[in-house]
Amino acid sequence: MIETRKLNVQPTLSRPDDFYNALVEMHRELSEEQSRLANAKLILLLANHIGDKETLEEALRIAAEGLN
Amino acid sequence: MLQTHQNPVYAYSHSADQDTPAPVHHPVIVVGAGPIGMAAGLDAAAQGIPAVILDDNNTVSIGSRAVCYAKRALEILDRLGCGQRMVDKGITWNLGKVFFRDDLVYTFNLLPESDHHRPAFINLQQYYLEEYMVEQIRQTKHLELRWKSRVTAVAEKDDHVEIQVETPDGAYRLTCDYLIVADGANSGIRRMLGLESSGQVFQDRFLIADVVMETDYPPERWFWFDPPFHQGGSTLLHRQADNVWRIDFQLGWDADPEEEKKPENVIPRLKAMLGEETEFELEWTSVYTFQCRRMERFRHGRLFFVGDAAHQVSPFGARGANSGFQDTDNLLWKLKLVLDGRAPQRLLDSYDAERVPAADENLLNSTRSTDFITPKSAVSRTFRDATLLLAEEYPFARTLVNSGRLSTPAVYRDSPLNTPDEERFDSKMVPGAPSTDAPVNAGDWFLRLIANSRFNGLYFAPTDGTLSDPELTALSSLTEHADIPLNILVAGLEPTDNLPAGVRAVSDTKGVLSKRFDGRPGTFYLFRPDQHVAARWRSLDRQKIEAALKRATACS
Repeated sequence: MIETRKLNVQPTLSRPDDFYNALVEMHRELSEEQSRLANAKLILLLANHIGDKETLEEALRIAAEGLN
Repeated sequence: MLQTHQNPVYAYSHSADQDTPAPVHHPVIVVGAGPIGMAAGLDAAAQGIPAVILDDNNTVSIGSRAVCYAKRALEILDRLGCGQRMVDKGITWNLGKVFFRDDLVYTFNLLPESDHHRPAFINLQQYYLEEYMVEQIRQTKHLELRWKSRVTAVAEKDDHVEIQVETPDGAYRLTCDYLIVADGANSGIRRMLGLESSGQVFQDRFLIADVVMETDYPPERWFWFDPPFHQGGSTLLHRQADNVWRIDFQLGWDADPEEEKKPENVIPRLKAMLGEETEFELEWTSVYTFQCRRMERFRHGRLFFVGDAAHQVSPFGARGANSGFQDTDNLLWKLKLVLDGRAPQRLLDSYDAERVPAADENLLNSTRSTDFITPKSAVSRTFRDATLLLAEEYPFARTLVNSGRLSTPAVYRDSPLNTPDEERFDSKMVPGAPSTDAPVNAGDWFLRLIANSRFNGLYFAPTDGTLSDPELTALSSLTEHADIPLNILVAGLEPTDNLPAGVRAVSDTKGVLSKRFDGRPGTFYLFRPDQHVAARWRSLDRQKIEAALKRATACS
């Protein structure tokens, strides 16, 4: 587990199931390649919204953690 | 296969109704003696409506089927006289565990709060519940259950319903004011009337294996995503009574149901999961698919569809039987008031207004659980696996993991029967919510005190613990209301013996009652016979209470 200083890993979504459903729903009519692009755009949009370098770096480390 | 349970065979018996030239009339007839049909019959009796239940079979559920009964269902069964036997025989559980591949991802507690009479859930084979209900019906006056009685025709007339019943010794006719249709997911009556239940069929198959084994597994709900013993699928483990364990394997759409349920194919799956050394006996297997669908409306004139006949959900979340009990809990008190002429016919429309949105909530939750458990696309599976990978360490992701959102009762937020709040309350007991529980008096429970199938009031006495004359007059007149006499409980009273008839003191032993209702002195709650909150105020105002009663019975 990676300790976070800036990134909030506690629940903040008031209706998590609604969000998850919207996320899956976004992909429903997309091909796999289109889905990959949509995910990449989504990450870039959210990263810009967050803005804070340290927060983003923590998220990047957790995302890659344990995958290779 | 081993049998821990023998299904009883209930004898058909000839009814005097079969020998009369004109059809005999009953206020309420229920079609179907599954748990929901029997609950309808018992609830009719609890309200004081004579009723007859008809069933085309002569025994209880074959196989364990619905095994998880939620707190609210137990509370309803308490009102119907079957709750305690369920809890005594059933396996009480509050904890769920979620595993992904080799790892425990997290544990959740469905009832993190103490001071409730009933637990979050019990597990019990459906046949036990049905046997208890049959026995309860036998002890109940003005309630009859007729086996081997198949309804073959239904005709709605202006002021009654006429049905044709086929039995081993011939057919006969009956009439009723209201027909409650509880004949299950493949409702014959629904088909007979050309009514549809529409929605989504899921392209997946699940194998149920009930096994008997002695283990030291705790009584918890264990759910595996993609476990090493069943790669690519999901698995669910639940403990039932008699050391019977329910194991549910997701098989995928291409599985052959007849092959999969053969013991020679089931046993290797079980050995992979439980270990070669574990001794177990197979008791029952079944392969099922499911649908998420509902009828457009549940009321059709004098016919009311309840349970699976009205709406059907996936099993994840135990929202089938549990929501069916809430249907009959909602319906029967309304039928009673209308039959007595104390409320207008339109009160019955509120069954749709309240239970259709409740069905939609159950459908939405069970559909979403199904989508999470069996992702429909590669990207959907990637998100699911990512969520599970994060959930072990990072709390936010746990709120996204969906292995079934377990049944909670619907809050009728937008019901036309509610009187909206005028003041602020720091309590979840909003108009439309089913009442919460609290320990009261010496070892008693609040929900038991309002399980009288009547309208109830709860008043929090002023700080000095005594009631003034105007308060006594107001409370007393409410208990003598011509159409809807209230049963009133007063919390926070000093010991006194001069309470009017119909008004009782309740002792808030641990202060939990006041806390859960934000019961500051002067607060008054009005409860419907199904224990849902109809209205609440910060001061005692007889006129407002009477207006709310009118509204809750569709009289205004």
